[in-house]
Amino acid sequence: MFMLWESVRSALASIRAHGFRSILTSLGIIIGVMSVIAVVSIVQGLSATVNAQFEGLGSNTLTVRSYTPFKKALQGQYARLSNEDMELIRRRIDGISHITPILYSQSGAQGRIAYRSQESFSQVFGVGPDWMEVNSSFPETGRALAREDDQRRRLVCLIGTEVIKNLELPDEPIGEYFRVNNDWCRIIGVMEQRGELFGFSQDDYVMMPYGTARRMQGSSRDLDIQVQLLVEDMERQDEVIARIRRLLRQEHGLKAGDADDFRIQTSEQLTESFNAIISTITAAVVGIVGVSLVVGGIGIMNIMLVSVTERTREIGILKALGATRRDILLQFLIEAVMLCLVGGLIGIALGYAVGALAATLLPGFPPAYVPGWAILLSFGFSAGVGVIFGIIPAAKASQLDPIDALRYE
Amino acid sequence: MSETKEAASAVIRFRDVARRYVMGDQVVNALDGVGLDIARNEYVAIVGASGSGKSTMMNIIGCLDRPTEGSYVLDGEDVGHMSELKLARVRNREIGFVFQSFNLLPRADALKNVMQPLVYRGMRLSERRALAERALQRVGLGDRIDHLPNQLSGGQRQRVAIARALVGQPAILLADEPTGNLDSRTTQEIMELFDELHDEGQTIIMVTHEPDIAAHCERVIRLEDGRVAEDQRQHKRRALENQH
Repeated sequence: MFMLWESVRSALASIRAHGFRSILTSLGIIIGVMSVIAVVSIVQGLSATVNAQFEGLGSNTLTVRSYTPFKKALQGQYARLSNEDMELIRRRIDGISHITPILYSQSGAQGRIAYRSQESFSQVFGVGPDWMEVNSSFPETGRALAREDDQRRRLVCLIGTEVIKNLELPDEPIGEYFRVNNDWCRIIGVMEQRGELFGFSQDDYVMMPYGTARRMQGSSRDLDIQVQLLVEDMERQDEVIARIRRLLRQEHGLKAGDADDFRIQTSEQLTESFNAIISTITAAVVGIVGVSLVVGGIGIMNIMLVSVTERTREIGILKALGATRRDILLQFLIEAVMLCLVGGLIGIALGYAVGALAATLLPGFPPAYVPGWAILLSFGFSAGVGVIFGIIPAAKASQLDPIDALRYE
Repeated sequence: MSETKEAASAVIRFRDVARRYVMGDQVVNALDGVGLDIARNEYVAIVGASGSGKSTMMNIIGCLDRPTEGSYVLDGEDVGHMSELKLARVRNREIGFVFQSFNLLPRADALKNVMQPLVYRGMRLSERRALAERALQRVGLGDRIDHLPNQLSGGQRQRVAIARALVGQPAILLADEPTGNLDSRTTQEIMELFDELHDEGQTIIMVTHEPDIAAHCERVIRLEDGRVAEDQRQHKRRALENQH
């Protein structure tokens, strides 16, 4: 322990004595760690933002949607979830506090909207009155959709803030009429702002009563909807899922061996699947960048080998003064590790700066966030690189014969 | 009885020490059966032509090398067959080296150079500093402890080296041509310092080929072809007498 501390002291002195060379030597490590931290901070910032948005979907939210296996899709047999399915769930399953259908425009295209001379496209979908509760997203101004609106298929809608901008609506747009496809629609409220994700606005949408949306879609036979619902008691969530599944299988006439033609997802699963993607991206990028750390390590080894040769005489002196092989080994090993750690430290600082800068400059990117594990990992990896690539030069130094080393010019 | 008494008083005891090197298919006898006793507080010069075995002798005395044959007892310990690790410890505690080319650590100031051997004794920094300062004051460099080697003159560098050799209170001070790189005036000063150290009770062994330097010593051992050719005791010539 004493020798360890002494070695750290002497290594720091040596690094300081060769300031410029030390920086150049650790440049590989600096760049490697910098890249890792920059990438991780951006991706993790993204992930933190998305997770925060998923949290809006309470953890007791279930989403039911139709699912068509790829093979069936090739045959043109698309699975559907109909309004009747939703009504069945509503009537036959206990333990559901709120349930809403969501009807997206079937062609997948965005709806054309217009106000005065302004035209734009937006995501237009129809929801039941329970949608606000299920998604814990409410109007900022104006009123929410009411059951009446749905039953009477009123041409009213709630809009996201981006729509106001795109259509150049007045600042107080409530009561204004604008065109959605071929119908005139009255604005009854503006939704809370949700911000941007991946550079796309999350506030560019028009939400209307489910009944109205169905009427606008025309023929209702082929409609495919999603159903979102809130489970009353979190404890019973699995039970509710099982019962919905049994009900829908029966309703869709599936036989014992057939696969489900629908999916029931909890909000946790949504978060998990998103996080899985994020983790994969992080791991892949970190892996690629990690290679540069290995290259940096080779740079360190190279300089350490040169340094051992250059300091052969010094090693001879130290041995004459009573340094053991272990003392010399430790000294050079610690020096390599310290070089890497200093490089790692600089890399972390620069990486965070790059991440923060990128997050600021790129529109729509959430603030950079460096998780503790990334810092620990960078430090650990730097130290590991130092040990792995420092051991050969250090061993070479410790094996020198003191007589030869003292004679070395 | 007289044997043990003699052995106890001798700080260095060589018995039939041989050192052979194999070079290609030739065997070189650098040392060829040397028997020698050096007592505490002796002031010894080892002289001889180049190739006589001076350096080999010095390396073995300094525990940098081990004899191929024979036994070497240093301060009561048989160091001839010790492991490298133990030899390093012996070097650290029993030997103080002074080299012709000073061999200071170039990036360390005088104080750090002098403290360095104490690091390997596991001594705390404050203790090391106190001992090193005292040693530097002893050699007259108390006011230059923060100078780097390249900010010091040759004589001053050698003084730092002597302070470094003394700081651990070694059994023997082993000097290899200590004035070889110095001008005649500085040589005088350094030799005066060695004389003083000897008067204070330090055992000094000096390897040299200069008769003037050997003249300072009380005993001159001349090597020839790896053997002791002459072992003479003399009155040491004091530095002051040497002035004309």
